[in-house]
Amino acid sequence: MPLSWLSWKLTSLTRLAGVRRAGCLILTLLASLTQAEDILSFSANPDLDASMVRSGYRFLTPETRSLQDDDFANPGYLWVDQGRQQFHDSGCNACHQEGALTGAATRYPQLDPELGLINLEARINQCVEDRLERPALKYESHALLSLSAYITNLSKGRPYQIIVTGAAEPHFTAGREYFFSRRGQLNLACNQCHDDNWGRMLRGDKISQGHPNAYPGYRLEWQTLGSLHRRIQDCDTGIRARPFPPGSTEYTQLELYLAWRARQLGLESPGVRR
Amino acid sequence: MNTIRLAVPDKATRGEIIEIKAMIQHEMESGHRPDEYGRPIPRFIIKHFECRYNDRVVFRAEFFPAIAANPFLSFFTRATESGTLEFRWIDQDGGVATELVELEVD
Repeated sequence: MPLSWLSWKLTSLTRLAGVRRAGCLILTLLASLTQAEDILSFSANPDLDASMVRSGYRFLTPETRSLQDDDFANPGYLWVDQGRQQFHDSGCNACHQEGALTGAATRYPQLDPELGLINLEARINQCVEDRLERPALKYESHALLSLSAYITNLSKGRPYQIIVTGAAEPHFTAGREYFFSRRGQLNLACNQCHDDNWGRMLRGDKISQGHPNAYPGYRLEWQTLGSLHRRIQDCDTGIRARPFPPGSTEYTQLELYLAWRARQLGLESPGVRR
Repeated sequence: MNTIRLAVPDKATRGEIIEIKAMIQHEMESGHRPDEYGRPIPRFIIKHFECRYNDRVVFRAEFFPAIAANPFLSFFTRATESGTLEFRWIDQDGGVATELVELEVD
């Protein structure tokens, strides 16, 4: 980009200075060549540079950061507390000892031999149905959010440990494809905001890199705790695309790509976001 | 029932000023928002909060629709004697949530 801009600048400068037309032409050709290169690299979809990865926390105001950091004032802990209670009341601890699930949330989404690619919410529901023999919890219900918030909070500070190769690779590729596909009436892809324009303003907000590590998280806009899939639905609605239902394969595949993209960040759940 | 989070010191010396924090899970629906079909969502808020220290009110608050969800209160009181702190939230329909905490003072 800077090179093509420079060539353009040079072109106009030479024009201004009234240098021979031939020189102009060469410079113009150079400019169009570098542009073509830009288009090529764009279609090759480079992933976010690992050295540039910044948690959404870095894009918050100091007030919102301190709300997340304060273990009492952070409202997300209301769900964590309730999840812990539920974990004991519904008998989850008959199999899973206290603290045995530490680090478990970092390994999701993962491939299950029967269910395919599943995230933590789907794993909780598999346990509820098969082991506890109760009806599955509704996605985004209070009960499921509390359990996933509690279990994810046990991995706070740990980086993702997901597998994206082997049998998981088609899912990873599909998730990556979702990230780079334009959609909706605004015809925007995730990367156009979260790779190309993070740190810049979008109306009153600073655009983050779109990492999933705060979720399940408390969003001030929602005034409640919500899942990552609900957050993605908001992005899709924002670009006027029809959102997929929470828990859908499309979003779980995207979740896998997002987790890989944020792999060096620690989990912050319950994070506080705008 | 609504989850309640309280932060009260277990022990205090007589005459010490202690900080008390209280948070309750509540949607505090303002009554001013439409749902996804444009119908107004009815108001549902907590109206009243009080904290009693051995049956004496040490802090009281009235809530209004503009208060955020999951209201968080922080206030101070002087530790005078060992006893019970009672926290009580009352919503607009008379629903009550309470929690008790023992405080030891020497």
